[in-house]
Amino acid sequence: MPEVTLIEGIRQAMDEELARDENVFIVGEDVGPRGGVFRATEGLYEKYGGERVLDSPLAELSIVGVGIGAALYGLRPICEIQFADFIHPAFNQIVNEAARMCYRSNGEWQVPMVIRAPYGGGIGGGLYHSQSVEAFFAHVPGLKVVIPSNPYDAKGLLKSAIRDPNPVIYFEPKKGYRLIKGEIPEDEEVLVPIGAANVSRPGTDLTVIAYGMMHYYTLQAAQAAESKGIDVEVIDLRTITPIDKKTILASVQKTGKVLIVYEDNLTGGFGAEISAILAEDAFTYLDAPIRRLAGPDVPAAPYSHPLQNWFMLDPKKISDAIQELAEF
Amino acid sequence: MVDVEETQTILSNKTMLEMYWTMLLSRKLDERAWIIHRQGKIAFHISGIGHEAAQVGAAFAMERGVDWLVPYYRDLAMLLAFGLTPKEFVLGLLGKKGEPSSGARQMPSHWSLRRANVVSHSSPVATQTPHASGIGLAIKMRGDRAVVLTSIGEGSTSQGEWYEGVNWAAIHQLPVIFLVENNEYAISVPQPKQMAVSSVAQKAKGLGLEGISVNGLDVLETYQSVKRAVDKARSGGGPTVIEVCVSRMTPHSSDDDDRSYRSKEEIEAMKAQDPLDMYRAHLMQEGVLNQAAEDELQTRAKAAVEEAIQFAEQAPFPDIEDASFPVFVEDIQNA
Ligand SMILES: Cc1ncc(C[n+]2csc(CCOP(=O)(O)OP(=O)(O)O)c2C)c(N)n1
Ligand SMILES: [Mg+2]
Repeated sequence: MPEVTLIEGIRQAMDEELARDENVFIVGEDVGPRGGVFRATEGLYEKYGGERVLDSPLAELSIVGVGIGAALYGLRPICEIQFADFIHPAFNQIVNEAARMCYRSNGEWQVPMVIRAPYGGGIGGGLYHSQSVEAFFAHVPGLKVVIPSNPYDAKGLLKSAIRDPNPVIYFEPKKGYRLIKGEIPEDEEVLVPIGAANVSRPGTDLTVIAYGMMHYYTLQAAQAAESKGIDVEVIDLRTITPIDKKTILASVQKTGKVLIVYEDNLTGGFGAEISAILAEDAFTYLDAPIRRLAGPDVPAAPYSHPLQNWFMLDPKKISDAIQELAEF
Repeated sequence: MVDVEETQTILSNKTMLEMYWTMLLSRKLDERAWIIHRQGKIAFHISGIGHEAAQVGAAFAMERGVDWLVPYYRDLAMLLAFGLTPKEFVLGLLGKKGEPSSGARQMPSHWSLRRANVVSHSSPVATQTPHASGIGLAIKMRGDRAVVLTSIGEGSTSQGEWYEGVNWAAIHQLPVIFLVENNEYAISVPQPKQMAVSSVAQKAKGLGLEGISVNGLDVLETYQSVKRAVDKARSGGGPTVIEVCVSRMTPHSSDDDDRSYRSKEEIEAMKAQDPLDMYRAHLMQEGVLNQAAEDELQTRAKAAVEEAIQFAEQAPFPDIEDASFPVFVEDIQNA
């Protein structure tokens, strides 16, 4: 099996779905001849033409709002927001329109669309090219929020998202675009179901729950912990809403200790929701307080390298937290 | 530019009477909604009184059944022209089961009528504008012959969403009509505090599409202008902004009291130019309508309203279980 990068998994998913369904089209800034600023749509404009790989004006709410209109007519837009930091102008369209359309029309109107956006720090992007914004959207009924951590899932989840009849927000760990590599079979269709977490590393001593870039670091941290004799179970959420409670609860029942790792600011981040679920449904299994390791409560990752490093989690910080929890 | 005589030769007497009937029915339903609000039977009403000619003129210029509509809350007459029944409207007012736009989830006059290609809209103003451009884009991509019309108030054209939506249609020459129902007020804020231009049509210039301004108190003038824009859009000529100048003859909504921001005289002047009265007088003058026919239409309208009220008052409320449904499409598939 060929080893490819995470962004190649994303590109393959779009390529295959564009070929499979003529209703699918891509719309966003610089997605056309440029192939996207990160090159996620590279080669697709040449293959499918400018109408199906459509350069939008520089106006995010219109990317989503026009996408919604096209979806109402029966098309399946993939809307690319160049950076998750720039999704905020489209917040109204996502939250008040896409997410509420099915409910508010009693199911008469549906919005089958995917909104892709690179998120996260560690690339020198400063305050406005580093944000993790998943918690805003995880709060909204009617949206599904997906965050892959490896090339296979990136491909399989994106293909599922494109086929999903609901609006799906698909956040891509931009630092992992080329850093994270993995195998993707060439001769079979890769589909990963939305809403299913993955036990990416079985273990017995404690559970670490993560997603996206932090999952990649968590696997490294778990490896390091193993050398200290700590057997870590790692759960890759993959989908944050709807959340796979079953997989989480089964793991915690087994290990009795949980560390939740997320890159977003600590307060009100998605880890807070996981923590609440555990407090309500796993109280009797717990042998230690639920621990959260997350970004500090400052507006976002600063640009200057040492300041950025202070903000960002890394395998060392995660393995330290693992050790601390193991010793509790 | 607008030749009403020419329009009359295109429209049959039957169609002109149908337009009158739709305006009349809308007016009677609307007046009754105000009454049942005062009786404490409904929580909210937002009125289209004074906008009927513009809405009916626009609706009749479209090919209903083929074309798409992305309306806003004042469009009762437009919706009736697209096939919403009086019973369905009153079900919505009372929040009763079977209300077709939202299953009584949304406030009254938040339209949607899937069977007639009328798209669901929300309360935050101007959110519908980019949807119309998206529908126009999809029509163009599929090579369909449909046209989409979206309506909005003049105050709401201050929103970025309006500009962004119109910009898309202009760039891609999409088959979209942006109908702006200009009643000179956004709740209490008058047009000069909303825009520096004297007509919304002028905004189109900066975005690179045709903008026109029409007397929206005249149903035939509106019909003719919108028809021309629809024909243009259908034949690949691109989008048009059409400002229809209308009167908001009521407070903004049942929650508003307009005495604090406009004078009695202003309202009296509007009533002297009531679009329904003016169209009736015109039809009588042209011999299309006589007093006997008018009396009969009035009786029919009253009866239709009465029947709708009785029907809706007796209709059940939605089941409580409906409140949790359908957040996702799977909820429908699994139901
Ligand atoms: C985004 C948003 N802000 C505020 C409101 C409250 N609001 C509802 S209608 C309205 C005035 C709209 O005026 P206009 O666009 O001229 O339409 P009209 O009601 O006069 O037909 C306001 C401020 C809203 N619904 N949405
Ligand atoms: Mg107004």
